Amino acid sequence: MRQRYLSVLVENHSGVLSRIAGLFSRRGYNIDSLSVGTTESAGISRMTIGVTCDDKLLEQMMKQLHKLIPVLKVNELSHSNAMMNELAVIKVRASVKQRREVMDLTEIFRGQIVDVSDSTLTVSLLGTQDKIDAAVTQLQSFGIKEMIRTGATGLQRG
Amino acid sequence: MQAANYICKCLEDHGVDTIFGYPGGAVLPLYEALRKSNIKHYLSSHEQCVVHSASGYARAKGKAGVCIVTSGPGATNALTGIATAYSDSIPLVVISGQVPTFAIGKDVFQEADIIGASEPFTKHNFLVQNADELPEVMRRAFHIAQTGRPGPVLIDVPSDVQNNMISSGAMKLGPLNIPGYKPIFEGHPKQIKKAVHILQTSRKPLICVGGGIMRSDACEHLLEFVDKSGIPVVHTMMGKGAIPEDHPYALGMIGGHGHNLAKLAIQESDAILIVGARISNRAVIGLDLEHKDKSIIHIDVDPAEVGKNLTTHIPVVGDASRILSRMTEKLDQSKSIKWFDALKEEDTLCSIPEEQFNPVNIMKMIDDKIADNAIITTDVGQHQIWTARHLPVRGKRRFFTSGGLGTMGYGLPAAIGAAVAKGDKRQVVCITGDGSIQMTLAELGIARGTGQPILFILLNNSRLGMVKELQDKAYGSESYFGIHLDNNPDFYKIADAYGLKPYRTTTLDELETAMNSYNDSPEVTLIECIIQPNLNTIWG
Repeated sequence: MRQRYLSVLVENHSGVLSRIAGLFSRRGYNIDSLSVGTTESAGISRMTIGVTCDDKLLEQMMKQLHKLIPVLKVNELSHSNAMMNELAVIKVRASVKQRREVMDLTEIFRGQIVDVSDSTLTVSLLGTQDKIDAAVTQLQSFGIKEMIRTGATGLQRG
Repeated sequence: MQAANYICKCLEDHGVDTIFGYPGGAVLPLYEALRKSNIKHYLSSHEQCVVHSASGYARAKGKAGVCIVTSGPGATNALTGIATAYSDSIPLVVISGQVPTFAIGKDVFQEADIIGASEPFTKHNFLVQNADELPEVMRRAFHIAQTGRPGPVLIDVPSDVQNNMISSGAMKLGPLNIPGYKPIFEGHPKQIKKAVHILQTSRKPLICVGGGIMRSDACEHLLEFVDKSGIPVVHTMMGKGAIPEDHPYALGMIGGHGHNLAKLAIQESDAILIVGARISNRAVIGLDLEHKDKSIIHIDVDPAEVGKNLTTHIPVVGDASRILSRMTEKLDQSKSIKWFDALKEEDTLCSIPEEQFNPVNIMKMIDDKIADNAIITTDVGQHQIWTARHLPVRGKRRFFTSGGLGTMGYGLPAAIGAAVAKGDKRQVVCITGDGSIQMTLAELGIARGTGQPILFILLNNSRLGMVKELQDKAYGSESYFGIHLDNNPDFYKIADAYGLKPYRTTTLDELETAMNSYNDSPEVTLIECIIQPNLNTIWG
């Protein structure tokens, strides 16, 4: 069992997301993350779905996804064959005095400060899941007020 | 052209001359169009039966059955029928009415999200939001329902769309192209070669067939392969009828309720060719197919079924009839090993007293009296198992049952569908139980209305016998609860009231007399057999 990513090309009709979500839920597959967006072709979207499973289950998932009529293509993305990134926006508790420390940490992770208030700094980070995990661990010492992660999204190389 | 008229024209263009339906407010335009068309409409008593009848029709005709239901409760009632067809891979085109497009999402009268609700049980479904979409949707629906692994497709048509005009441009269709749907028909030649090699080099090869043989119309191809290879055949419940059961190489049905010989054959075999069977939990209960000494070859048109329930050594994705004929061509010579003769000696048959009025002897009597091309339908329960075990599908007989979903109430409406499809050419016999028949009892009137001489045989033990048996196994004998049907009606009077010819029988002689009278002047008939309340499926 390990973290895997599926890249799924779908026709962009209403209801496609619910068909895919329905397929996963009724067959007992867990979705760890899901990101959807438009592609170079009008009417076609790409989904990146993060799942935790073994080889056999992954094969079943891919086959079952293929059976859905609006699904055009299913690939597995791995770190060796694909470019994958995740966006995180993290609102950190930081007094005026603590701002410098948070900004330094953000610098280390090549993030950006996108908002500031008297008691918070909001950090935007782009990177692999591991990198964001590491940044989150570091920022936790200040206290994370709110956070959103998009889940990985990516494309095959070449 | 008005969309409702277009739907009827399109059905006629697809060769549909018969549909099953139940009208309502959201399909008024469609029914008005039907009234003016040449399509014959059969009104059922409940939307579940509408779909079951279309399923029986589809199985008898070998092409998609078509049915129409209204929005809201009409559509939700149809769901059980749709799910039943989906489980057994039966091709259907279900047209449901929907509230007008401007009212969708406002919880108006008889509105239900049938696209969402039917999604898990349909091969695909369409909501038609614009009349101009209809030509392409109708064409895709028939194509998807009938090709690859067949299944039900639902088209949800809002009532205002039915009234709208389709532009002439939208009716001009180019070549059919569904980018996300490319079923595979031809098996991979290398896989086919490997499969034949394994079968011919193993000592105890076996073939296990499922409902896919019927869906692919591959009975003849299977027979040729078996006759040339000399490899014996077992079948799943859905595979009953794939090979005549009196064929010398047919070893019977596998599964929890299957034949001993078939189970022995599975255990003994060293290579199994599975064709059109999904190796469900029911089919292989207690069998060790994952044994290291067994080579598994799996042919299925649905790639997702190969490797889903069983590790497969040689997967072959494609259409059973094409692959079996390729395999027959590849067979070196006929190598009739007949390794299973020893098994036949091992197979212990329990002796059944000959005169007793029990299900085994009843099935023997039915076997003697019904035609060699009869379509047999069943409901779900003990009678279904007794039929599957003891009523052989020989000659051109066919067996329609709800194998996957196990839907009580399937047999009666399915018999109607089969009779409407083939009634003048084939006898239709529905074997049912006192629990099951009451799920869809009101269809008896519809059965009479078809004018076809459908024969209903009702095994009445005043129990939900199968549940009783399960309770017995799970909680010990006498731990029965909620299975007594003490308030059963008088089925003789019920049959009479619906205009069927009624018989009540309590002995084999009485049953024989009733069957003879039916055969002398066939008319729609119900023969009730009063059997003992405490019989188990495997005993008999």
